[in-house]
Amino acid sequence: MGAAFDEMNGTGGGVRPPYSRLAEWLATRRLEDLQDKRREAEILFRRTGITFAVHGAGDTAERLIPFDIVPRIISAGEWRRLAAGIEQRVRALNAFMFDIYHRQEILRAGRVPEDLIIQNSAFVPDMIGVDPPLGIYSHILGIDIVRTAENEFFVLEDNTRTPSGVSYMLENRETMMHMFPDLFASNRVAPVETYPEHLLTTLESVAPRGLKRDPVIAVLTPGLYNSAYFEHSFLADQMGVELVEGRDLVVLDGALKMKTAQGLLQVDVVYRRIDDDFLDPLVFDPTSMLGVPGLFDVYRAGNVTIVNAPGAGIADDKAIYRYIPQIIEFYTGGSPILKNVPTYDCRRPDDLAYVLEHLPELVVKEVHGSGGYGMLVGLSSTKEEIACFREKLTAHPDNYIAQPTLALSTCPTLVESGLAPRHVDLRPFVLVGDRVRLVPGGLTRVALENGSLVVNSSQGGGTKDTWVLQD
Amino acid sequence: MESSLAGAAPQTSNMLGRTANDLFWLSRYLERAENIARLLEVGYRIALLPREDASSNTEWRSTLQSAACEVGYGAKYEQVQTRDVVDYLLFDRDNPSSIRSCIATARHSARAQRIALTREMWECLNSAWMDFEAIDPDSLDSDALPGLLDWVKERSAAYRGALMNTILRNDTYHFSQLGTFLERADNTARILDVKYYVLLPRPEMIGSGVDNVQWGAILRSVSAHRSYRWVYRDSYRPWKIADYLILSRQMPRSLMSCYGEIRTALADLCELYGTEEPCLGASRTTLAMLESSDMTSIFQAGLHEFIQDFIARNNRLGAEISTSFHFNS
Repeated sequence: MGAAFDEMNGTGGGVRPPYSRLAEWLATRRLEDLQDKRREAEILFRRTGITFAVHGAGDTAERLIPFDIVPRIISAGEWRRLAAGIEQRVRALNAFMFDIYHRQEILRAGRVPEDLIIQNSAFVPDMIGVDPPLGIYSHILGIDIVRTAENEFFVLEDNTRTPSGVSYMLENRETMMHMFPDLFASNRVAPVETYPEHLLTTLESVAPRGLKRDPVIAVLTPGLYNSAYFEHSFLADQMGVELVEGRDLVVLDGALKMKTAQGLLQVDVVYRRIDDDFLDPLVFDPTSMLGVPGLFDVYRAGNVTIVNAPGAGIADDKAIYRYIPQIIEFYTGGSPILKNVPTYDCRRPDDLAYVLEHLPELVVKEVHGSGGYGMLVGLSSTKEEIACFREKLTAHPDNYIAQPTLALSTCPTLVESGLAPRHVDLRPFVLVGDRVRLVPGGLTRVALENGSLVVNSSQGGGTKDTWVLQD
Repeated sequence: MESSLAGAAPQTSNMLGRTANDLFWLSRYLERAENIARLLEVGYRIALLPREDASSNTEWRSTLQSAACEVGYGAKYEQVQTRDVVDYLLFDRDNPSSIRSCIATARHSARAQRIALTREMWECLNSAWMDFEAIDPDSLDSDALPGLLDWVKERSAAYRGALMNTILRNDTYHFSQLGTFLERADNTARILDVKYYVLLPRPEMIGSGVDNVQWGAILRSVSAHRSYRWVYRDSYRPWKIADYLILSRQMPRSLMSCYGEIRTALADLCELYGTEEPCLGASRTTLAMLESSDMTSIFQAGLHEFIQDFIARNNRLGAEISTSFHFNS
């Protein structure tokens, strides 16, 4: 892994143009003032209640995701390219899901191994033959993108189930505008605040076919103790729709109803933030208390739309990831605009042999893991940790994929000693309904530890406001 | 979803029964916190007066009764003494009506119903909770108590202010109003229930200063010791105090005022939902009963009986509201 590309300072040729005004501004600030602003931001976040429960930190722990006040900046041209690549990708992913839950032509064509789908726990056989409105399975996606050089962007991961973080994108911007109005006056930053409106329009566009009235929409949350509860309530609030739990819903007369203060009311679109397994105890996990018995039948009959569709996780399975370039070509006829990271599939003997040989320079991920849990970053691991992963890999090669360690780009970040480069990634949020909608920006996650490449908030990563500049 | 002028009618509410329940109780608990603060203030004031210990114990006992905390306290402490009462009513997490519990419960409901609250309401409540949680009861010396109780009242007022200034006049507002005024009516009635005897006409007391402290305490516990004089232009008279707390339309904590607000909230709610719920009828009946009463008839029929009947009606109304609006469906 070579030296990282710094998004502000580039590779020695001076400050890169998108950062020129920010760099001037930073040069006129004293470190103490910036540190004061950082503390002020933290107070604002706590007061607003933008908290995140960290797994294993106890039931009542409400933690803040650290917020870095130095924004991350993307030029208009860079964004156009990213947006085109993202749109191409989410269209292909949805076409792929429609296909594997219908005729499975991509399997017949031998472009994706059949067992990888059929035996995959994210594949939901009950979805075969179901026709979701507009043929869309994943309406709300988060595409994780990393940068390694001036013109090198890679998609690290597609999140097609229930991607989270969009509330931080919106609140980070609110906080920045509150604290640094002068910065926004001197930079033409594309607004992100239209996201909730786009989300509502997207949800309305996929209401059950033939509905003769405005659809009733609800956000389904596992409840107060879920780590992303703040986001669930934030989105429901911003859209002006109800936030419901499984206990607020009931299936009656072939329809999904919610228990309102006026009695039962039919619900047409459910933006669910609970996993497939918990949706309906009659079809999925029978012990689930979070879902609604009978929901899946109502869905199958076309009387309610579940967003994202059950079974949408098949498209972000880590074992499927390496086939995405082929999937894009198969359904769009074009070559991928955004690159994939080369990926070793440990179920293939050749790949496994290579991975075992090169562990110290690879990143190894569990196929079904998420949030940075169960992951090995060879570069920063001890010999013992590597040996432990070697055993796991040998015992259960099917469970793992491996990728080369990318030199993630860095952005200046405020740390104790001042501004220092820290590695970042980017998660833009995409909406797919009657058309693809993408607000300019996303959530920039930053690894706060010097040299760390793990940006996940569950692993102590922070976030930054992400600016897309307008021409 | 084309919108035309003809179709521009406001959207009807889809509020969950659970949300209505949480909003109602959120308001009740905040109102309760404020009332407990006021009761503690009065109790503390009396405890500071030069008297023998026994009578200050009696005073704390009636404070506990007014706060409906006597049973819970008795289960935890054998003796009634200032330090324990203050701790029990202010900080005790085992006491669901302690100020700490009230604020925590209200904040929990608010967190569950973030979408029903405006940002101003949420931030007010959330910062009150954070500030209160940061207080260490052991390091609080008695000098700081009055300031802390003022702070509680101030936070409650700030929340009500945020509510009045920012919330839509829809069911969110109506359920919040119901919680506030049902709790307030209960509180005023309880103070009267515990202290009714000092307000009974007793010929031998007329002209003596003995009960003035008690009369003042009753008025203070509903923040009415100053406004009384503006309304009656007279020194404290027990029947006027009773009149002020029960029938006055000017006094914002009187049973009459509370029921005016409750009736309005229920009427607005039923209109919004296009129904006529039994609880609306019940609120009208109680209001009509208050309107047709005067202090002479109340004293003749028995002040204590009147108050007890009122408390029972108020409790019944709470249960009826819960049924009508599917609080626990």
